[in-house]
Amino acid sequence: MVQIKLESNILGSNELLARKNRSDFKNQGMLVLNLMSSPGAGKTTLLERTIEALNGQLRLGVIEGDLYTDQDAQRIEKKGVQVIQINTEGTCHLDAGMVGKAFKDLPESSNLDIIFIENVGNLVCPAEFDLGEDYKVVVLSTAEGNDKPLKYPLIFHQSRAVILNKIDLLPYTDFSLERFHKDLENINPTAQTFMLSGRTGQGIREWTDWLLEEVNRKKGKI
Amino acid sequence: MFLCIYYICIAGYTLTMHEVALMSSILDTLRESAVQNGISNITQIKLVVGKFSMALPDSLLFAFEALGQEELFMGAVLEIEERDINCICHDCRQSFSLDNDYYFICPNCTGHNTEIISGRELYIDYYEGD
Repeated sequence: MVQIKLESNILGSNELLARKNRSDFKNQGMLVLNLMSSPGAGKTTLLERTIEALNGQLRLGVIEGDLYTDQDAQRIEKKGVQVIQINTEGTCHLDAGMVGKAFKDLPESSNLDIIFIENVGNLVCPAEFDLGEDYKVVVLSTAEGNDKPLKYPLIFHQSRAVILNKIDLLPYTDFSLERFHKDLENINPTAQTFMLSGRTGQGIREWTDWLLEEVNRKKGKI
Repeated sequence: MFLCIYYICIAGYTLTMHEVALMSSILDTLRESAVQNGISNITQIKLVVGKFSMALPDSLLFAFEALGQEELFMGAVLEIEERDINCICHDCRQSFSLDNDYYFICPNCTGHNTEIISGRELYIDYYEGD
């Protein structure tokens, strides 16, 4: 009987591919955001409003992750931006290999300022898989309840920005803003927080101003 | 490696979880290493899983039962060591551990500039076999 010491990182192959993506994104000077949430929190609607708000100011592209359908990609395409669809065929998260392939499908001439990667709706698995993005952004909607940061701490800890969506529904829910802010401050004290409504457009401006600032930072203008 | 479809159908339920993807990757690594080292039967596998990884030991064990059905893994015991979450504060240089509260603010100086130093592990430590 022999013992073989491996000390092999289980996510090692994903991390290698993520590093390659990060270097490719950096070479093209584009800001890449990994947008994550549970199903139905409003990622696609948020993207639609974001595209409308930044129309003419920035060149945007979207990598759209979905289990089986291309419904979200069709919605985004109508807004006139580059979309690449990834169907994970049942896998509950995107990985760096899938994103690297999708990135190659973007025309080289597209010269984008931001790529949004819309991850599969899930608050657990996507947090574990580095895609090579600059920032993870997590979207939570008021209807889901204020307990989500405590229940899914990793995704909230990893995210550079936390978006509280469907703020227009706040009066109709038991969502405690006070509790949400307190928990978030403990889990991720440096996160940028945005409260907005993808449906009414309330609060979108603060979010897009932050995006403009981050694009400038990435391009070295700040 | 993570591009395959991961389904386990048990008693009519279709289950998809990322522990299955992780276990599939673990078994691939073990198969490859066993060939390199001339091992035909693995008796013990030791994993290290941090408490701040999203991999649940029970789900990993379940995925191992489901996916490790070949000769190489027959009778193998999967041992999972969990690691606690420990952080360091870059303001006061004190380290501190987290229980189940996930509060990443330094308890010593209330600084926000803290970093996880353990608890995110996810690796195969070793395996034994003949």
